[in-house]
Formats: sequence, structure tokens, C-alpha cells
Amino acid sequence: MTGITPFALGAAGLVGLGLYGMLAQSSVLRKVIAFNLLGVGVFLVFGVVARRGAAAGLPADPVPQAMVITGLVVAFAATALALVLTLRLHQTTGAVTLAEDAPAETPPAKPATDAA
Amino acid sequence: MTGTPGGPLLVLAIALPLGATLIAFVLGGQAAARVARGSLWLWLMLVAAIAAVVIARGEPLTYLLGGFAPPLGIALVADGLASAMLLAAAIVLVATALFGRIAYPEPSWVKGGRAAFAYWCLLPALAASLAVAFLARDLFSLFVALEMLTFTALALACLDGRPSQFKAELRYLLFALLGSVLYLLGCALLYGAYGTLDIGLLAGKTRADAPTRLAGALMTAGLLAKMAVFPLHLWLPPAHAGAPPAASALLSGLVVKGAFVLLVRLWFSVLPGPPVAGAELLASLGAAAILVGSVVALRQERLKALIAYSTVAQIGYLFLMFPLLMAGDAEAGSRAWMGGMLQAVSHALAKAAMFLGAGLIVQSVGDDRVAGLGGAARAAPFAVLAIGIGGLSLMGVPPSGGFTAKWLLLRASVDTGQWWWSLVILAGGLLTGGYVYRLIAAALGPAAPGTAPRAVPRLQEGSVLGLALLSMLLGLLPLSMLGLARIGQPIMLP
Repeated sequence: MTGITPFALGAAGLVGLGLYGMLAQSSVLRKVIAFNLLGVGVFLVFGVVARRGAAAGLPADPVPQAMVITGLVVAFAATALALVLTLRLHQTTGAVTLAEDAPAETPPAKPATDAA
Repeated sequence: MTGTPGGPLLVLAIALPLGATLIAFVLGGQAAARVARGSLWLWLMLVAAIAAVVIARGEPLTYLLGGFAPPLGIALVADGLASAMLLAAAIVLVATALFGRIAYPEPSWVKGGRAAFAYWCLLPALAASLAVAFLARDLFSLFVALEMLTFTALALACLDGRPSQFKAELRYLLFALLGSVLYLLGCALLYGAYGTLDIGLLAGKTRADAPTRLAGALMTAGLLAKMAVFPLHLWLPPAHAGAPPAASALLSGLVVKGAFVLLVRLWFSVLPGPPVAGAELLASLGAAAILVGSVVALRQERLKALIAYSTVAQIGYLFLMFPLLMAGDAEAGSRAWMGGMLQAVSHALAKAAMFLGAGLIVQSVGDDRVAGLGGAARAAPFAVLAIGIGGLSLMGVPPSGGFTAKWLLLRASVDTGQWWWSLVILAGGLLTGGYVYRLIAAALGPAAPGTAPRAVPRLQEGSVLGLALLSMLLGLLPLSMLGLARIGQPIMLP
């Protein structure tokens, strides 16, 4: 039980950081990174659960590990989709946040210098 | 647990549209459109067959993937709720496919045809995601289904590629991702506590301890974010109103219902005697959604934004059934259950008809402001009629499906002594009448000077009117047909 406590605490910390980032950050890119941090925290919870739930003499319960693999694929796809949308948003309007007045703050000329 | 005869139908209901997506993607061009349309018609027949078998047997259909029983394997189960929702989904998808024949005629890889190509690949993909969301009996498979739904819905919403749309859809995606990751965290906690995520095995075994309560709270919060329930509703109107008409119809009518079915399964099959206070909180959020959504809809300038706020309000009705089911009155609970299911199905049909009709009207008059709808009734009479009929169903005017749904909820709220919910139902109906009247009155007015509303294709008008009529006919169904929703209904103990 003590062996997994650091991991459980780490998972809780990652989930908290990720949640805070998704809600408090205004930049879309930061939100996407925070989502990934949150996702990693959840996967670590699955890892802790697998270690603790190992019953039949196995080193670990394989089912949560299989779920983590599926979850990674889903999170990867979600991140790719979010990044493509963010990129298109930036290319077409120059905005990097979801605030309503963002296009006015960021002149369309700026993206070119950002990209370079 | 063993499989039942007819179980392979459930696998086909997922495999057929998924296969069609892949084949349409490989073939491309007109063949993609033909494959998608053909597969959706076949899917409609298939889910009708599933519903017929469920009614005939009077109990849910089960299929065990690979013949392995849970917890090792994964089960697919079609109960009354799943078959009714599948049927509604198939009808809406077939109507949207008919609509898309004219809206997206030339799918191809070259620029200009890509939106159409994506449309025809994504329609069957949405069908497959919905089938998984309704049939799966494993909380993790349901997570995957929710993600598939989000991804296909998001791609459909961005079909036009208009820059103004990206912000709204990106906000939608972030809300949906936050929702699903919270749901997944709940799954991890439940697996840690019980060693399985199969709904059938979890039912009745869960304990009312801290991890289970926390998991339930996390999963509920995640699903509420996905369904845009009142305080979390701000992403929905821009995302749904800005999407192309065919996509708005699918997003508002069907995609939101995927999360709803999951929430119902979570509350009534997994959580241990869900807390009554929690159910009352959900219903209060629903009541707030009905009132706020309807009032804001009344004040909208733009046609599609108005209909999108109406979705926020109508989703609120779905939550009124939660405390009514837990009142411990079996008959009233059964009424509330049927009312909730009927509301989900009739809203799917009516709202899809309204969004598609709105798309036709905007195309006809070339103006999406409510004030600029004049002349639409002359140029696109059936589209306006469809919006009117759909609106009647949302209001709850007899003999529509919406009337039966709201009547059942009203009866249940009075029977269980929770009369305050009936006030909300009635007030919501009045407000709905207000905004539907605004639309129809504007559309019946004369055309603005200097504009000439154009006629719209008959096939599109026909598919929209058909959807609206079906939402009305739902109210004329004999009660024995409505009994379908009751098959496999979880028994609520007081």
C-alpha cells in the first residue's frame, strides 16, 4: 500500500494542475497542454488501480493498463484535432485565445512574426 | 449472463455503419455518397428489426462479444431505451441524408468537393458512434463512444470551414474533452473499487461510500458539461447555431442524447440508490435551463441562435424525470421514465426538423435574422410548416409527441407531490409558444422590399416535413408501443 502512495499523490497533483490549467489559462495552446496533463493524471490513477487491484498473483491487473492504452490513443486524437483547430483559428483570425474580442487585440500581421 | 437469440443484430448495428464509413472513404466521389445513403437506409431497417425483436420478446437483447461473459468480455445490450433511441437516430440520419443529397451533391477530393466528401463519410460514422453509445454495457466502451461522438460531431460542425466558426467549435471541443476526462477519472475510481466497469455487474453491487460517490459526482459533472446543462450551457448556442444546417440538426437532435442515455444508465443502474438531493439538484438545473433557455431564445435576433437556445431549454426537461423516478411511487416513476424517454425522442425529431427547416428558410430568403424572414412562407411553405409543427411538439400541444412526454412528466410530478416541477413545465410551454410564434409570424409576413425569396428543392422540404410529422405522430402512438421504453427499465426502490 505504501509503495503506491507517491504515485497516487502524483496522480492527484497532475489532475489538480490540469484542471486548474484548463479552467484558468486563456491561451488555447495552454488549455490543450493542460488537458494532456489532466489526462496523464487520470492514466496514472489507472496505473495505481492496476497495481493495487492485482489479485491472482500477477504483478499487475492488465485490464486498466489496456484501458490506459485506449485512453492514450483517444487523448492523442483529441489533442491532434484541438491543435489543428487552434492552428486554423490562428491562421485565419490571428487569435490565440477564445475570448470574444481577441481578433481586435491581435492584428492579423502578427501571426507571421509568431510563426517565424 | 448469456447471449440471446437476435444478439448478432446488435453487432451488425455497429459494424454496418462503421464499415460503410471506411468503404465510403476509400471509394470517394459519388460512390461515397451512394454507400453512405444505402448504409443508412439499411441501418434504419436493422434498428427497426431490433426494436421489433425487443418488443416481441419483451426483454432486452444481449450479445457477448467473442462469447466471453463480463467481466472478461464485453456485452452489448439493446433494452427499450436503447432501441427507441436507435430508431429515432436512424430516422433523423436518413432524413439528413436525403437533405444532404442536394446540400452536398458533389463529393470529391478536389477543392470544393471536400466538404461533401467529409459529410458523406461522417454520416455513417455518427450512426456507428451512436450505436455504440446506446448499446454498450461497459462504462469504458461508453467513454470511447462518447469520444467518437464528439469527434464526428465536431468535424460535421466545421464542415463549412468558416473562420467565424472555429472559435465556437474549439470551445465545444474543450468543454467536451474536459467532460470526458472527468468521466474517465470516475471510471478509474469505480474500477479501483469494484474491479469491473460492466454496468450489469456493477448494478446492485455498488456501495454508498466515498469513492463511489466521488466517482458518481465526477462522471455526472463530466456528462453535464457534454450535455450543456444550464450553468455549463454557454458553449452550445454558438456551436450549434454556427454549424451548417444538416450538422446543427444532428448535433442538437442526436449527439446530446448520447450523453443523456449514459447519464440515465449511470444514475439508475450503477450508482447505489442515488441521493435524492442530487436528483433534485439535477432537476433544479433542468428547471433553470428551461426558464433561462426559453427567455433567452425569446430575445434572439438570429433564427438559428433562437433554435439553439431552445435546445438548451428542451434538454432541461430531460432532467425533471430524475427526482420523480426516485419518489418511490412505482406507477408515477414509470410515467416519469416514459415521459423522459419520449421527450428525448420527440425532441430529436422535432429539433432536427426545425434546424433543417431553418437552413432551408435562410437559403430561401438569404437572411438569418428573425426580422428578415418575411416571404419565407410563400417561397418555402413546407419548411415553415415543418418548423411550426416541430414547435408545437416542443410546446407540448396535443396530439404531438412532446405533448405526451410533458403530460406524463406533469402527471408524475403531481402524483408524487412534487407539484413545483409542473409549474416549470407549464411556464416552459408558454415561453416556447412565445418564441415559436415569433418565428412563424415573421415567416408569414410579406417579403422585405427589394428581396425575392427563392423556392427550395422539394426533396429537402419533403424530408424536413416528414421529420416534423413523425414528431407529431409520436403522440398518436398507442400506449403499448410506448411500452417499448419500459423494457429493461431499472426498478427504482424507494
